[in-house]
Amino acid sequence: MADVEIDCLTVQFGSFTAVKDVSLQIRQGEFFSFLGPSGCGKTTILRTISGFQDPTNGAVRIGGQDMSGIGPNQRPTALIFQNLALFPLMTVFENIGYGLRVRGVPKANRDRKVDELLHLTALSDQGHKKIEELSGGQKQRVAIARALAVEPKVLLLDEPLSALDLKLRQYMRNELRAIQRRVGVTFIYITHDQGEALTMSDRIAVMNRGKIEQVGNGRDVYEYPQTSFVASFVGENNGFSGTITKISGDQAEIETSVGRLVGLNKKSLVVGAKAILFIRPEAMQCGAQGENNLSGIAADAAYEGMTTHLTMKVHDGSSIIATLTGAPALEFPPQGSSVSFAFATRDALILPV
Amino acid sequence: MLSSAGHPFIFILPFIAIVIFWVMAKFEPKPVGVTQKSFFERNGVPVAIYLIVAVTFWSLFMIVLPQLFMVEMSFRPKLPQIEIGGPKDLYTFENYHYFIYGSTTISDAINWVHIKAFFLTIFASLLIAIFNLALCYPLAFYMAQVAPAARVRFFLLLLIAPYWVNEILRAFALRIMLSSNGLINKILIGSGVVDQPVDFIGNDIALYAGLGYAYMLLMIFSLYNTIETLDHAQIEAARDLGAPWWHIHTFIVIPFIKPGVASGCTLVFMLSAGSLAAPLVLSGPRSLWFTPIVYDRFNQAFNWPQGAAYALILLIACVTFVLFVLRLGRLSLGEIAK
Amino acid sequence: MNSKTVTNVMLAFYMAIFFGFLFGPLIVMGVSAFNTSTYPQVYPIEGFTLLWFEKLLNDRDMVYGLKNSLWIGMWVVVLSVPLGLAGAMMMSQIYSKARSFYYVIVVSPVLTPGVIIGISTVVFWGDLTTTTNSRFLYHGLFMTVLGQSSFISAYCMLMFMSRLNKFDRAQEEAGLDLGASQTQVFFHILLPFLRPAIFSSAVLAFLSSFENYNTTTFAILADKTLTTVLAGRVRQGTTPAISALAVLIIAVTVVGAIIYEIVKRREDRERQARLDAAHAAELRELESIEKATHHA
Ligand SMILES: Nc1ncnc2c1ncn2[C@@H]1O[C@H](COP(=O)(O)OP(=O)(O)OP(=O)(O)O)[C@@H](O)[C@H]1O
Ligand SMILES: [Mg+2]
Repeated sequence: MADVEIDCLTVQFGSFTAVKDVSLQIRQGEFFSFLGPSGCGKTTILRTISGFQDPTNGAVRIGGQDMSGIGPNQRPTALIFQNLALFPLMTVFENIGYGLRVRGVPKANRDRKVDELLHLTALSDQGHKKIEELSGGQKQRVAIARALAVEPKVLLLDEPLSALDLKLRQYMRNELRAIQRRVGVTFIYITHDQGEALTMSDRIAVMNRGKIEQVGNGRDVYEYPQTSFVASFVGENNGFSGTITKISGDQAEIETSVGRLVGLNKKSLVVGAKAILFIRPEAMQCGAQGENNLSGIAADAAYEGMTTHLTMKVHDGSSIIATLTGAPALEFPPQGSSVSFAFATRDALILPV
Repeated sequence: MLSSAGHPFIFILPFIAIVIFWVMAKFEPKPVGVTQKSFFERNGVPVAIYLIVAVTFWSLFMIVLPQLFMVEMSFRPKLPQIEIGGPKDLYTFENYHYFIYGSTTISDAINWVHIKAFFLTIFASLLIAIFNLALCYPLAFYMAQVAPAARVRFFLLLLIAPYWVNEILRAFALRIMLSSNGLINKILIGSGVVDQPVDFIGNDIALYAGLGYAYMLLMIFSLYNTIETLDHAQIEAARDLGAPWWHIHTFIVIPFIKPGVASGCTLVFMLSAGSLAAPLVLSGPRSLWFTPIVYDRFNQAFNWPQGAAYALILLIACVTFVLFVLRLGRLSLGEIAK
Repeated sequence: MNSKTVTNVMLAFYMAIFFGFLFGPLIVMGVSAFNTSTYPQVYPIEGFTLLWFEKLLNDRDMVYGLKNSLWIGMWVVVLSVPLGLAGAMMMSQIYSKARSFYYVIVVSPVLTPGVIIGISTVVFWGDLTTTTNSRFLYHGLFMTVLGQSSFISAYCMLMFMSRLNKFDRAQEEAGLDLGASQTQVFFHILLPFLRPAIFSSAVLAFLSSFENYNTTTFAILADKTLTTVLAGRVRQGTTPAISALAVLIIAVTVVGAIIYEIVKRREDRERQARLDAAHAAELRELESIEKATHHA
């Protein structure tokens, strides 16, 4: 059952279109992420769902009910702001209880609920504190507890972890996911960090310039990108653009500046079409000969223990990256000497420009 | 001539203006696709009502209408109570006529006393503003750019402290100092500089000193606030390039703090020109200042229309000055009133 | 002497003159309040006395004027703070082409000479109350409150504007999102945020009202406030009793300033303590994450 339905949504600011004709169905209890570069319209979609922004066109339905004309304070959503927007003059306890207070919930019930949430978010002994006294992670939890207190059908999170430092961010990912499983509320999560999106989400919508490029689970998006934007935005990728010269079965040959390469033609491109061939660095082999071969000058090797990232410069000046695991990584030729990379046709994807 | 029974019209004037604005707002071309919430939705009904009532009351009943009524009154003749609104109550220029000729009807002699007082007030206020600027600039610069933070705090305290004392008492304090048997004269006589007490009050020195003294703080703060926003690195850079100190001040600091200078000068000018306390306390029998003359129209001549006309003349002079300063410095009003 | 010492000497000389000009008269006045001489003077000291203070307290007019001043000050605060707040809130919402016009209107009282505000207030209410037959409103205290508030509200508005500039709109949206109405957001979130500005504009409003003379002397009609009584006394002649009043006012303000400083310091300390607590919590958090990842 669809919990949140977005139907042909368009949002314009003056002559600028921030969100273009977006349609989506988000399921009950799902952890759904919007992933996209800065300025692509993620926040705008979220604000439209929560009621702070009126759509120029299209509709948002929550639990089957059309939300147009319903103010943010009447919707069954709760928003966690990019900067959290906790109330600095209230204590943790008052912050969490605020939504219940304005709903007129009697004090005893309210206190019980707040205590429950403090427990859920591991803040049990922090209730009396002022917001200023908390650590970054604690503030994060207060924001979540405050939003959950009003028992929303949908929790909307706008890059809530972006202000934290790396370690804490990774830790909070797990914690967020755990909380979501426990409460079972639909989470709609915004991020421009693909690691975050891939690790936490049930499904991801990749956005670019106000449009949705692809919706799918992490694996779909990573392994079967449907557009060249998704292929290059999600994960590292080597891209070679050129023109299709030959089609044979589900494969196609593409003429690029580094020579003719062959890859899978899942998008049924025809001869003469402009296209890009993508190959993941980890699908690349160093030194060996294979179905597709590239040669150039060894530029750089970044050793990271488990893996090593090799960079090769080709004659047109661009760089190609290969990520190698284990022993072969150690045999990378010295800087400036010539090397060759190879990859298999079934690992390469040809997508329209 | 027009009958001055035109009150209701004046009263309605601002409301007409509001309606015009409202209509204009209604027909303002809105950017495509942007839906704006109404004023009531945005603030909630109770707060919206509070805002409208408060702002209307303030701007109409406390600012605009009183000024309009004053303007209107300045064009009315002085009449005994019973004749007001009667056949003799016609709009007239006689109050302005009086300012120039010293009589409501005859144009033989020029009213030199009032005209001189007016121009002297304007001119002296201008000089006081400039003098204050010169006096306060070094300290403001020192506090904003040179002194360590703790000392600045201390200085600010020192500067504000005297201004908790009311204007009249400050003028009174100067009067004690400068009177013929005051401290200054005692020092001057004691040290043999003069053998007769100097009449500071009679020759208006006390008055000008008092006016300068009264509004120094505003100048200091106007300057300090803007100089503080000047990046110290700019001055350092100029110094590194070998610019002499006067060059740094004239070509780097002064152009940058133009709004502060403008606002300081405007405030000091306005307050001096409109000051009543200092002239009352510090002027001698022959001193000329315009505000006490306005005051006397009301409290001694009991001629309100004339007083209103005089007040309006003062107001026009002040507004002209502000506009002039704004034009001169290419500034907006918002930069001055801070 | 090198140029640095020259500069320093010049600076010291300038400072001495500046602060001499600023404080000299006040010190002279202060000392004269305790001198037995009937003319307020510091030299020669004829003897120490508190007689002038006694005179002051027995001065009926002064005490009466003081009561009026306090009463007026209170009402000015009650009127100006809400008006200033409304003015500031309106500023950000008014239809954009009207905004500069509106700004000129509400800021103009700051730049209008006080006498003119006093005169226009009296003229307006005189006319209005005559034509509407509500002569009871033609009352000195009432008009003084209105006249003073017309520009004091503008002071308050400027203070509120600078505070509102710092307001994070997300706070308001967070309130709405949690189900609060606009009115609740106003009372629960915006007003508490504005509390420091409310407090300081109230203090400013009271002090401006208390020491105002130019507007008051017209608007008060035949009634009296402390400043108008004072002006009358000063014009009649100089007596050390006036110096004594100044000393009292200075004493009260000094006490007020000290209390303010103490309160402020305590707040700073508390705030610092909270930030320290946050820092400690931050460290503990990192430590526990470290431990958790080790176990895993
Ligand atoms: N109120 C507004 N008026 C005009 N333009 C706006 C408004 N809000 C957003 N925009 C524009 O719409 C575009 C999308 O903004 P949005 O905030 O949705 O991006 P985002 O994907 O959330 O980016 P980020 O990752 O930086 O938060 C941006 O180019 C922004 O400048
Ligand atoms: Mg955003």
